[in-house]
Amino acid sequence: MNNFKPVNFGNMKPAREVAVIGIGLTKFGEHWSMGLKELAVEAGVKAVEDAGISGQDLQLVVGGNMSGGLFAGQEHGAGLLADYLGLNPIPAIRTEGACCSGGLAVRVGYLAVASGMYDFVAVGGVEKMTDVYGPQAATALSGAMDYETEAYFGATFPGIYALIAKRHMHDFGTTRRQLSLVAVKNHSNAVHNPYAQYRKKITVEDVERSAMVADPLRLLDCSPITDGAVTIIIVPADIAKKYTDTPVYFKASAQASDTLSLFSRRSITTLDATMHAVREAYRQAKVSQKQINLAEVHDCFTIAEICAYEDLGFTQKGRGGKFIEDGESEIGGKIPVNTSGGLKAKGHPVGATGVAQIAEIVAQLRGDAGKRQVKKAEIGLAHNVGGSGATVTVHILSNKR
Amino acid sequence: MKVGIAGYGAYVPRWRIKSTNIAKVWGSDPQRLKTLLEEKSVPGQDEDTATMAVEAGLRALSVAGIDPQALGAIYVGSESHPYAVKPTASIVAEALGATPELTAADLEFACKAGTAGIQMCMGLVESRRIRYGLAIGSDTAQGRPGDELEYTAAAGAGAYIIGRENIIAEIEDTYSFTTDTPDFWRREGEDFPRHGGRFTGEPAYFKHTISASNGLLKKLGRTVNDYDYFVFHQPNAKFPLTAARMLGVPNEKVMPGLLVPRIGNTYSAATLIGLARVLDSAKPGDRILATSFGSGAGSDSFSIIVTKNINKIRRGETVEEMIKHGKYLDYAEYIKFRGKIKGVTA
Amino acid sequence: MTKEFAVPFHWRRFRERYQLIGSECIHCKKSFYPIRVICPSCRRSGHMKEIKFSGSGKVYSYTIIRAPPEGFKEYAPYIIAIIELDEGAKVLSQVVDCEPKDVKIGIRVKSCFRRIRSENETGLVLYGFKFKPVLGR
Repeated sequence: MNNFKPVNFGNMKPAREVAVIGIGLTKFGEHWSMGLKELAVEAGVKAVEDAGISGQDLQLVVGGNMSGGLFAGQEHGAGLLADYLGLNPIPAIRTEGACCSGGLAVRVGYLAVASGMYDFVAVGGVEKMTDVYGPQAATALSGAMDYETEAYFGATFPGIYALIAKRHMHDFGTTRRQLSLVAVKNHSNAVHNPYAQYRKKITVEDVERSAMVADPLRLLDCSPITDGAVTIIIVPADIAKKYTDTPVYFKASAQASDTLSLFSRRSITTLDATMHAVREAYRQAKVSQKQINLAEVHDCFTIAEICAYEDLGFTQKGRGGKFIEDGESEIGGKIPVNTSGGLKAKGHPVGATGVAQIAEIVAQLRGDAGKRQVKKAEIGLAHNVGGSGATVTVHILSNKR
Repeated sequence: MKVGIAGYGAYVPRWRIKSTNIAKVWGSDPQRLKTLLEEKSVPGQDEDTATMAVEAGLRALSVAGIDPQALGAIYVGSESHPYAVKPTASIVAEALGATPELTAADLEFACKAGTAGIQMCMGLVESRRIRYGLAIGSDTAQGRPGDELEYTAAAGAGAYIIGRENIIAEIEDTYSFTTDTPDFWRREGEDFPRHGGRFTGEPAYFKHTISASNGLLKKLGRTVNDYDYFVFHQPNAKFPLTAARMLGVPNEKVMPGLLVPRIGNTYSAATLIGLARVLDSAKPGDRILATSFGSGAGSDSFSIIVTKNINKIRRGETVEEMIKHGKYLDYAEYIKFRGKIKGVTA
Repeated sequence: MTKEFAVPFHWRRFRERYQLIGSECIHCKKSFYPIRVICPSCRRSGHMKEIKFSGSGKVYSYTIIRAPPEGFKEYAPYIIAIIELDEGAKVLSQVVDCEPKDVKIGIRVKSCFRRIRSENETGLVLYGFKFKPVLGR
């Protein structure tokens, strides 16, 4: 038996604390009239307005985008952002970590402010996925795998997560119904999220009747193809109250890596990178999973959310299925998970997702989440994964400094 | 100085289609077809001449018990090479681990390209230019939809390692009979072959098979009674048995090497797979006369005598075990497998 | 039309894909696929040498691809699996020559040389290893 070996990442601490003072999102869905630039600009403008700052105040823009090249013929996302956001000549950085590109943007933006180098940073993510046809979109997404050893032999991205699901069901008895409940919960939550792509409830029967994609994962186990963009404005914590009565503070920013291919992992039913990152995050924030009031986790596929419950420490290894079955991750449960609707129902514009998760936590901690509000929410956790787990970021935020 | 077979292997894909399923679609008389064959092998969608050649080659290496680096030559004979230009033999050499010190080339002479490779290896081995040579006949033959040949065009591979050391069967001699007789052909760029109908019989198959067999017997001063087994090229079940009758060979000496009723005509592999089945149960001292036929046309005849080393080899699957179980396809699945459907996008 | 690469992209992987060759660290004795320069366990204090795997192993997990990627349309549905080789390394490939219902976690398999796909009508034919179930003997 090959056990998880915790790693000491060093005694990292920020030179100063960082806060979020504004958020802006486009609706997630199929935006026929909007290309990469229009999506980025809409989210950027909304965020700057929400923060009550002028665009001229910004000193750095960091944007997550997985695959502008394969989806829109456009690499050099950094160039696109600075230009069309009207921000020339300030610096721009594009971050890429497959589906964790947004989480990496948050990381880089956080480090820029925490280090003391920058005071006003726009952190965003954007993905335009509907300018290519289905097969080409799948090809672009398959770059999140190990191309030469996984995609080469005919694996697809859902296929990789299906391998995780099959083994998880074999090792722990996780059931088809437990997977379905994840999709049902997230769709139910998205009904109350005005930005979500799908705002209709679905049933377990709907999930289990949907077309099989890669056994056991069906169409409704899989997050959709989505266009969308999200931006947050971050500043040093000391000046946040000048701009907003409800600043939200970063308590932790952590990241870890693991093998690119799934088969090379220590265990295919555990994302070690999640375990490493969340350990470091709990250490930085000086909390444990018990203090987390809500979480946005990476449910690219229903099985991923079940593994996340386990790997983030909300429940023991193997009991993720029971966690959802017992209603623990519902709004009103022990730790509401994916109140936004998650990647499944809110949508998954790949590069934007990691930032969208932060935006949801911020809305919740401000008390702005309407009918999906988690009562008395104080501490939230955002968990973003790239590929089948090679890159993971975990951020913890609080409305208390 | 003896030259002979140091190792042999065969490969037949698991898929089959019954000739009645083809007849149903084209309105042919299933009874008439029963005299030709029952069913034929179909290559899987991920199989081709190269993959089957590698399988057969690996089995031959295992029987011979030699390191692939000891191979000095690899020849792959086929009429369905994956590339029109770019050798199958180099792919096979790389997959078997025989590269880089060897010579290699692809051959084409309809169904006798594999046996021509054996003769080439014999030359290199006897002249001591190489220690071991590997000759493979492998085909995924195509038949035009609705044509007679669609019933018999099958898939398979046979591989023979020729050497001087530890041979399990000596090749006493070989004799070939070649003329320019276009009984069956395919032009460059065409998907399917054409054939001369009844012309493929007497002036083609029989003329060359009989002449080569008799030529070898005369050269060796022997008669058919000196031989225990006969393996002929088998385009259908009738031709080899008729050839046997014409030579005065009783059926029971031909039946062990006659596989066409169950797997169809495997083209360049046909004589080689038939021979492999005979070698699977042959005993030291058994004499085998094997005569291939390739349209165009020519026959290579071999006089083979089994040595006592045959009892020392460890075979994996025998030919009989390999072909015993098949997975049946209907005609629609068959044409999808064989890429005969127009307009399929990648 | 699927995207094609220039010849060297696939050519440099022919040997390891045709013969199932990986790396073994002399230091820690662990084996890996594909060929690696740096040992994931020992890092630079490791020493990697090539190992030709026997091709025998067992199914560690599997699934059936029903929505195939570009270039694989004609093969769907097909089985992909993570195979745990006898030497300890794991690989991913297809399981062939059997029905989906015959594949279970734990069954023994053996590698075989198969066509992976063709690069469109005019490009290279790409080959590699796949696995066949071994019937108990």
